[in-house]
Amino acid sequence: MTEQGQTAGADQLAIDMRAITKVWPGVVANDHVNFSVRKGEIHALVGENGAGKTTLMNILYGLIKPTSGEIAINGKIAQIHSPRDAIGLGIGMVHQHFMLIPVMTVGENITLGYEPVTRGDFYDKASARQKIEELTHRYGLTLDPDARTGDLPVGLQQRVEIVKTLYRGADILILDEPTAVLRPQETDELFGVLRGLVQGGKTIIFITHKLREVMAISDRITVMRRGHVVGHLVTSETNEQEIARMMVGRDVLLRVEKTEAKTGSVALKVDHLVAESDRGVPALRDVSFEVRQGEILGVAGVEGNGQSELVEVLAGTRSATSGRVLLGDRDITNLGARSIRGAGVSHIPEDRRGAGLVLNYSVADNLVLGRQRSERFTWRGIVLRLRAILNWAKRLIQAFDIRTPSPEAAARTLSGGNQQKIIIAREMSSEPRVLLAAQPTRGVDIGAIEFIHRRIVEQRDAGAAVLLVSAELDEIRSLADRIAVMYEGQIVSIEPSGTSEERLGLLMTGGGREERAAG
Amino acid sequence: MDLIGQLLHLFVSGDFWQLALRNAALLSLPALGGVICERSGVVNIAMEGMMLTGAFFAVVAAQAWHNAFLAVLVAAIAGGLMALIHAVVSIRFHADQIISGIAINIGAIGLTTFLNAKISNFQGLPQVDLSARLPQVNVPLLSNIPFFGEVFFQQNIMVYVAIAALVLGNIMLFRTRLGLRVRAVGEHPQAADTAGVNVYRLRYGAVIVSGLLSGLSGAFLSIGIAYIFNDNMTGGRGYIALAAMIFGKWTPWGAFGACVIFGLGDALGASSGALSVPLYFLQMAPYILVLIVLAGLVGRSTPPAADGVPYTPEAE
Repeated sequence: MTEQGQTAGADQLAIDMRAITKVWPGVVANDHVNFSVRKGEIHALVGENGAGKTTLMNILYGLIKPTSGEIAINGKIAQIHSPRDAIGLGIGMVHQHFMLIPVMTVGENITLGYEPVTRGDFYDKASARQKIEELTHRYGLTLDPDARTGDLPVGLQQRVEIVKTLYRGADILILDEPTAVLRPQETDELFGVLRGLVQGGKTIIFITHKLREVMAISDRITVMRRGHVVGHLVTSETNEQEIARMMVGRDVLLRVEKTEAKTGSVALKVDHLVAESDRGVPALRDVSFEVRQGEILGVAGVEGNGQSELVEVLAGTRSATSGRVLLGDRDITNLGARSIRGAGVSHIPEDRRGAGLVLNYSVADNLVLGRQRSERFTWRGIVLRLRAILNWAKRLIQAFDIRTPSPEAAARTLSGGNQQKIIIAREMSSEPRVLLAAQPTRGVDIGAIEFIHRRIVEQRDAGAAVLLVSAELDEIRSLADRIAVMYEGQIVSIEPSGTSEERLGLLMTGGGREERAAG
Repeated sequence: MDLIGQLLHLFVSGDFWQLALRNAALLSLPALGGVICERSGVVNIAMEGMMLTGAFFAVVAAQAWHNAFLAVLVAAIAGGLMALIHAVVSIRFHADQIISGIAINIGAIGLTTFLNAKISNFQGLPQVDLSARLPQVNVPLLSNIPFFGEVFFQQNIMVYVAIAALVLGNIMLFRTRLGLRVRAVGEHPQAADTAGVNVYRLRYGAVIVSGLLSGLSGAFLSIGIAYIFNDNMTGGRGYIALAAMIFGKWTPWGAFGACVIFGLGDALGASSGALSVPLYFLQMAPYILVLIVLAGLVGRSTPPAADGVPYTPEAE
């Protein structure tokens, strides 16, 4: 960059964070981090979980006080002690976990903290509505200010968050993992909104670890790893492979290497299965398919089309109202989780923290959950064999590369990726005949994703029948040998592994139903 | 006369409803306090203790100054100070709010019983003299309306205060900026904090208000109804207010509705002489009714989402 360019660059910097350091007890979350964003750009901040992205942004937003370092906003040194300071400087943040109050209206959520009032401190609903309509109109975002926020789909709730920052006069928007909760179509819509905002003069910081999105939306990229900035990149001059290498610190396989499936006999047969959701409405409506030994059947679909219920019925945690599930020749319909597990079905549940782990238990205890009754781990079903459990845990921790300070550490203290590895280790170590894997890599780092994918393929090659449910089309397409597409509680089609994303997307949203094929 | 006939006779008598409304008003003050406190996200089971403290200091102040207004003021402040303890313990020190509440309730019994014995030299404080009693106020003209006048407009002054507090409390919670923020803090303190709302200040305020209102109720009981202080004289009314708060789904008027049911129960008990049913059965009836209603007829009662959860901003 030329001398002149640098001067101009300094003028154009919306954000300039210099030598930011944040020390938590025992951890350096940010170590002399330099981070700058130009006015009017979409800047991607990427890195694995725990790399320090969110800490850095929380410092910028005044939620966390840095141990040292300084921040300049629009060329001026700024003191940011609270979100109110940040808001005053024109910074808005859309948090990964929405800061919305479900029981309040959209208008109340947007105006909270900066409410329009009439004389006597009365909340001025009409004025709030008018201001919000002005904003949504200007940026082409539709929102009903009187809707109850909790009733809106996730994509619209995110829009409420964005309008909330605009209402507070934000020129710089920080979005923390905004696509983590979105469906593919919603992600496209979000990108449209972001481009519109940039055209309207806003600056956007986009935190993510999804490389495809980085390439699709950003102008420049800052890569973080373990509290350090390890690279500044220009999006048009880089590629996914390079970013991934920087993030993880080594070469990463973005594609899964696998050979042709060698399938055996039918291991799992689902026959006209019908089940209801928690709310008592039909969730599975006559679902039939087969999974053979040595193959991965991927289940694609927009979330909420019966995939969760399907896995639960197969795992025995939900009752089918009719239909049958056969494990080989044996009818295991509604046998209950314990018997089904005993028959050789392993289950990686989609709700890792709620259903997969007891977070307050140790890593070792979590690694034997579900098998605590076996003679190997219990003396006559009464007294736990603690030494056997510990040795078993040590073996799995090593074999599955679970990063934990000790087998006795509470599962809660591990990162999401390592928590997931506990479940993977437990479920795979029992050498299952059928492996049910629901969203096995959700919220997990690239490095861990690679690991988990390899393990799933290993299970397949060892002869297990794998049912893989995932909201990530990439994951389905790279792992599955056949792809079942679910829509509104039915399998609308079973496609070969090479099926294009466009076709799957169409099937997932109800197109092509006439071709419905029984598996 | 059969029981139905006796009940019908009671239910058309102005005296009976007058008594029921008075009892309901007595309960509604701490219930309203509980609503405001829990709406801000601090669980409050300590209305009982705050009320008892108020009742005691009202009598002490009445004896000292022979002025009902001053006595009420002192009672509110005493309740507010008890609430301040709860606020500091649960907001500043993130302690378990149930434990803190229990401590205040038990502590209040000990404190008032001890001071009562100490001040009166084990004789018990004397009766409140006429000049320091909360007066009955008959609203001109309106109180002459048959039945309704007796029920609504021939009441103790604190009944009118309680109704006014309900009206104001309801407007505050659901119509004003302050109320919006109080509710936001109780539902999702992080969201409120990131929106620039001061979580701690609002919670302190809400807890203290619950103490002021409970103290007022205590004064009503001791210098408006009983005219004397007896050890542990609140006898669980604070807990009943707590039940009314939950029964009323954390809304002022809902809680008041529950208070009316409980008030009716009290009035039935007081009128047992006119009925051929055992007194204790009558007193039990409204609570049985509440159990039945709570079990399913009014649907689930959902507390504010962050009720009882201490707030720490740097919780990552």
